[in-house]
Amino acid sequence: MNKVGSVEDAVSEIRDGMTIGIGGWGSRRKPMAVVRAILRSGRKDLTLVSYGGPDVGLLVAAGIARRVVTGFVSLDSIPLEPHFRRARSEGTIALTEYDEGMLYWGLLAAANRLPFLPIRAGLGSDVMRVNPALRTVRSPYPDDTELVAMPAIALDVAFIHLNRADPGGNGRYLGPDPYFDDLFCLAAKRRFLSCEQIETTDDLMSGGPPQTLLVNRSMVDGVLHTPNGAHFTSCVPDYERDEAFQREYAGTDWDTFRARYLDGGEADYQLAVKR
Amino acid sequence: MTRAETCVVACAEAWRGDGAILASSAGLIPQLGARLAQSTFAPELLVTDGEATLLRDGRAEGWLPYRTVFAIVAAGTRHVMMGASQLDRFGNQNISCVGPWEKPRSQLLCVRGAPGNTVNHPVSYWIPRHSPRVFVENVDMVSGVGHDRNAHEIRLVVTDLAVLDFATPDRSMRLRSTHSGVTVGDVVAATGFTLTIPERVSQTREPTGAELTLIRDHLDPSNAREREIR
Repeated sequence: MNKVGSVEDAVSEIRDGMTIGIGGWGSRRKPMAVVRAILRSGRKDLTLVSYGGPDVGLLVAAGIARRVVTGFVSLDSIPLEPHFRRARSEGTIALTEYDEGMLYWGLLAAANRLPFLPIRAGLGSDVMRVNPALRTVRSPYPDDTELVAMPAIALDVAFIHLNRADPGGNGRYLGPDPYFDDLFCLAAKRRFLSCEQIETTDDLMSGGPPQTLLVNRSMVDGVLHTPNGAHFTSCVPDYERDEAFQREYAGTDWDTFRARYLDGGEADYQLAVKR
Repeated sequence: MTRAETCVVACAEAWRGDGAILASSAGLIPQLGARLAQSTFAPELLVTDGEATLLRDGRAEGWLPYRTVFAIVAAGTRHVMMGASQLDRFGNQNISCVGPWEKPRSQLLCVRGAPGNTVNHPVSYWIPRHSPRVFVENVDMVSGVGHDRNAHEIRLVVTDLAVLDFATPDRSMRLRSTHSGVTVGDVVAATGFTLTIPERVSQTREPTGAELTLIRDHLDPSNAREREIR
């Protein structure tokens, strides 16, 4: 069973207008090599579902994304994402703004093939005002509690990045947090796992405790080998966030940054960031 | 002692009596406050490293990835001290954006976890610069809900000038204490709405000698706290 393929082949499955889920969290373990390939693909009108970081910033800056579905967009050590910020104040990007827990619940609903899941988060807040399609639901039991009916967030394609995988699509994270990468896969029709290293199944199994095997091969359609593929976000323990590079990203005019790092292929990028 | 040290202790006081719940915080001074509370009068508190590890006296004692944080939020066993770009008299908070949401003058963080926090468990706020730009009549985007929108409990607002609470009949904001060297007039001038002012406003309690030693020698030896209030 071999699902190893190229990043370009995986990205070629994206059609204009699709809803794309991107794993990780903020500026942590983002599938950035794939994001760079999406950027090069010239697709348009994508809806991005993400705990947003530079993945959102890059695709918004490049004009690839039309809508962002999120609870935040942040670079962690730099609290505000400059490209997302600019696009919002210029009105060039649509936003579906949820509480972070609502986003989790929407993915969980999709993963369980439910139309919605009830949640308290959102009640009384302006999340209800800026998402006029959101409905509430009442408990049918004597408590009669009113709750937000968080709709399922179904994805056309999901991309996640883990530390290790086998060729069949079993994958392991080695850092302290799985984030929600398993749910992104379960909520999507097509699922791609990029990783730092592809190993034999035996080596993958002996590489850590079973609890850190976050995805199994029923949840993954393609495995992509992308060493340093989360750069410049963190992918601990393989590497920390490249803070100096992130500062350059946040502080450099987009056309300059793009010409310096993104106009070539991934190999050119990796060469340029090593200098 | 410095103003920052008074603020660390005022933040710590927010968690007094909370028991074995997760004390979360945004900002260095409330984080020092939570750790100070855990080291002194609230030893049961759970405190994290800001990522996925629970810490006790600076050493790891457990695992808390984001998905578990959301479970703790929903369970209500948490008391967070968040920041606020805007805050109104009922404790409605905005960290999302300034200006009209459709096309904001300034896009900030989005709502993050504020809606879920405020309807599920106690929430306090830390405001490093008390000003009418923060304390507004109406917030532009209700990220965290206030008492007039059925907040679970907005407990305290700690600023660089004062401690405020909601101990009024309609649960609107009230001045509880001013920090040493701050007058009631200073607080009123820095607040963009009408505050309830009790007949006697006390002074915020000063750190004890033991608390100062903990803050200076143990929790924040590099004195990073002084940079957060300027």
